[in-house]
Amino acid sequence: MQFLGRRKKLIGNFQNDLYDQCLQFYGQPPLENISLTEFETFAVERLKLLKTVENVGVSCGKSSEQYTKKLDAEISSLNFPHRGGISEYEKRRKDHISHFILRLAYCQTEDLRRWFIQQEMDLFRYRFNCLHSKHKTDFLHKNNLKYETVSAEEKKNLKDKLIASSYGLSGTKVEEHDVYKVPFQDALDLVRTRKVYLLAGNAYIPHHEIVTIVLNDFRTRLSKALAMTARSLPAVQSDERLQPLLSHLSHAYVGQDYSIQKNIGKISLEQIDALSGKSFPLCMRHLHKALRENHHLRHGGRMQYGLFLKGIGLTLEQALQFWRSEFVKGKVDADKFDKAYAYSVRHMFGKEGKRTDYTPYSCMKVILSNPPSQGDYHGCPFRHSDPELLKQKLQNYKVSPSGINQILELVKGMHYQLACQKYFELTHNVEDAGFSLNHPNQYFTESQKLLNGGRDIKKEVDMSQRSQENPASLWSLKMELDRQGISAK
Amino acid sequence: IETYYDPACLPDLLPIYYRRLFPFSQYYRWLRYGGVSKNYFQNREFSFTLKYDIYVRYQSFTTQNELEKEMPKMVPYKIDIGAVYSHRPSQHNVVKSGTFQALEKELVFDIDMTDYDDVRRCCSAADICSKCWTLMTIAIRILDRALREDFGFHHLLWVYSGRRGVHCWVCDDAARKLSVAARAAVAEYLSLVKGGEETVRKVVLSDPIHPFINHSLSVVERYFQQYAIVDQDILGSKESVDKVLALLPEDILSFPVSNSRKGGQYFDKEIMLQYCYPRLDVNVSKGVNHLLKSPFSVHPKTGRISVPIDLKELNTLILLSLICEELERPRADEAEEDDMKDQENEQEAGERRRIRDYKRTSLAKYVKVFDRFLEAMARSRKGEMLKKSDLQKDF
Repeated sequence: MQFLGRRKKLIGNFQNDLYDQCLQFYGQPPLENISLTEFETFAVERLKLLKTVENVGVSCGKSSEQYTKKLDAEISSLNFPHRGGISEYEKRRKDHISHFILRLAYCQTEDLRRWFIQQEMDLFRYRFNCLHSKHKTDFLHKNNLKYETVSAEEKKNLKDKLIASSYGLSGTKVEEHDVYKVPFQDALDLVRTRKVYLLAGNAYIPHHEIVTIVLNDFRTRLSKALAMTARSLPAVQSDERLQPLLSHLSHAYVGQDYSIQKNIGKISLEQIDALSGKSFPLCMRHLHKALRENHHLRHGGRMQYGLFLKGIGLTLEQALQFWRSEFVKGKVDADKFDKAYAYSVRHMFGKEGKRTDYTPYSCMKVILSNPPSQGDYHGCPFRHSDPELLKQKLQNYKVSPSGINQILELVKGMHYQLACQKYFELTHNVEDAGFSLNHPNQYFTESQKLLNGGRDIKKEVDMSQRSQENPASLWSLKMELDRQGISAK
Repeated sequence: IETYYDPACLPDLLPIYYRRLFPFSQYYRWLRYGGVSKNYFQNREFSFTLKYDIYVRYQSFTTQNELEKEMPKMVPYKIDIGAVYSHRPSQHNVVKSGTFQALEKELVFDIDMTDYDDVRRCCSAADICSKCWTLMTIAIRILDRALREDFGFHHLLWVYSGRRGVHCWVCDDAARKLSVAARAAVAEYLSLVKGGEETVRKVVLSDPIHPFINHSLSVVERYFQQYAIVDQDILGSKESVDKVLALLPEDILSFPVSNSRKGGQYFDKEIMLQYCYPRLDVNVSKGVNHLLKSPFSVHPKTGRISVPIDLKELNTLILLSLICEELERPRADEAEEDDMKDQENEQEAGERRRIRDYKRTSLAKYVKVFDRFLEAMARSRKGEMLKKSDLQKDF
């Protein structure tokens, strides 16, 4: 405490009051200047945190021990405020600033807003529940959340009714802890499910449920704030320094981008058919099948599949041969191919036009941009296919009925990447994929790793030997990060 | 109380109804809500179903007078009330796109007898009789209590729908301002019977039993014996007994009843609720812009008027034709006297005629129920204003 006190004197501006609490409502935007580097780093790190919140929330129950452990670990490793420890000033500042930056990136569409609000709410709920009871009350006071408490006498009169209405409420709990009285309109989640006692238009909320009310408040405020942010966005986007950063963030993929292929030339064209069944994610398997059957793919499909093939190691010459041989079987003759389509293949490899070396699409990009229409085969089958058709396809690929159900459940919950991960687990016969799916090429690499088990273990032994020789070498550190799929740019 | 009704008589009877019986001044008084909000009546949407099933939306009126003149002219076969919008509904096309919004509306509930077809034996579809009307009584008692005691609403107007059910209009300020989410939450809180054709066991109870369910059960228990066992005779045939048995836990014969399935110990309560508990359509209650049949509107298929229900008397129905017939009889005597007075003042005469006319019919007592409802709201508004002016220290 003394440490913080001294800091207060040193810095002494009103911002410090904002940061004297571990958790905040993000009511006021930050007012300081920061560097562009900090701007980007903060944003990317918060995005990683939110993605972890999403993944962990679906794979473990939100109140399970595993959830707590994993989320704790991620919060610590990314340097976000954690359970009110000491020297948290920098972390809280980062928490504050990064939240507001992501608002800019995620306010633009309904889908983005919904995702952002959901993850921020889950994160907030987790952090609020970690607070001590006293700190919870402090938080309510500090943020002017004036929830009226019920008098001891009223509590006594209503005790039986309260116990019969609220889950996990005992007589002692009613006596010892506060019960709050809020207008029923502020407790809709509890009213809808009839998990609360109502009298004369008020909902009687036991202390341990107050988080639901606070969350409601949080959601309402954030929703309004995002709507307002969206309106002032054009002004922000006109800043040339910020515009590329922000648009990159909302489609952000925070891992390896597979722009540097490690296995160039290691795949032969004859292997592709077999590989498509074994190691391709469903979207690419689908595209490959459509290409083989129709001897054609439209632009969206050519881009998504073509870049993927580049990512798994095809050379430009191989790619040209691959596409030409297929298209020629269809309505396109060799000449037309060379004139029209070859150009776009070379374009993909950075040999034409701007000479940008295009990177293979991440899952986020496939899911969020360019939805397929009639006659298209690109996109994410978990996102873009009708569930009935998806089910049929999975049945054709011999996925078990219970597996199909698990996948469909995940799709219903809009967890498309987790559905694909489940598809991985089912087709490779493993319980846990062992990685967090973010990129089709990652799917391929992981699949190959699993299927060619032996070779990779040897590689790992080599690596650990190397790092023992040079424990602190940047090279070995980078290898470690690469293995975890986190880019250390 | 059934009399022969022929829909073909509507074109003749409806104009009379609108000219001489429809209680315009009470209707206007209701929808104006004391004039506290500017343009509240003017921005209200009405929709009319005209002859030949022509449906027109976004009707709105500026004054009571306009309403009184237009209705007998347009002769709507059906009248629905919608939301209070941000602008006059009749001008919704000229308003800047996106700014025409539904702002407020009463919280409404629709209980339809056809939703109970799987559990009533006396009638089906649109038929109702004294035996199944009890279901409406039960529904009204349960919902009225919950809306008042649990949700704190005070101004509830229960209305017979004209054919096969009842509507509830919750008119409190707070109710009219509720969001879609809040309306849905209230409707879900009040829902206990869930599932469609493929669900056999539609009520599932488990510990702890919420006080709301206990209150509802005590109402159902009051009526169950007479309604289900006697009137509906649910144990009177093999078919209906089988239906009841289908709701019992499989191991009922082993004593004591085990908790092998969720809440297995409450099967008796579940059965009673499945047969009697009110069945709501959440979608009717959810939407702020949802259009619902207006009180005092005629139901073209039955000729009956949607009259307010006095909660002290839940058992009578009325026919439009009946009213008009009653009307014809006294006419001849007073005709001369009326005509002389009418020379003096056209409007006053119309007003006087109308007041006299409905008072001569059984419509009178329903308008009285409506009046009492309006009085209560007016008193409450006055109370609010006094409170406000006290706070502002106006004298």
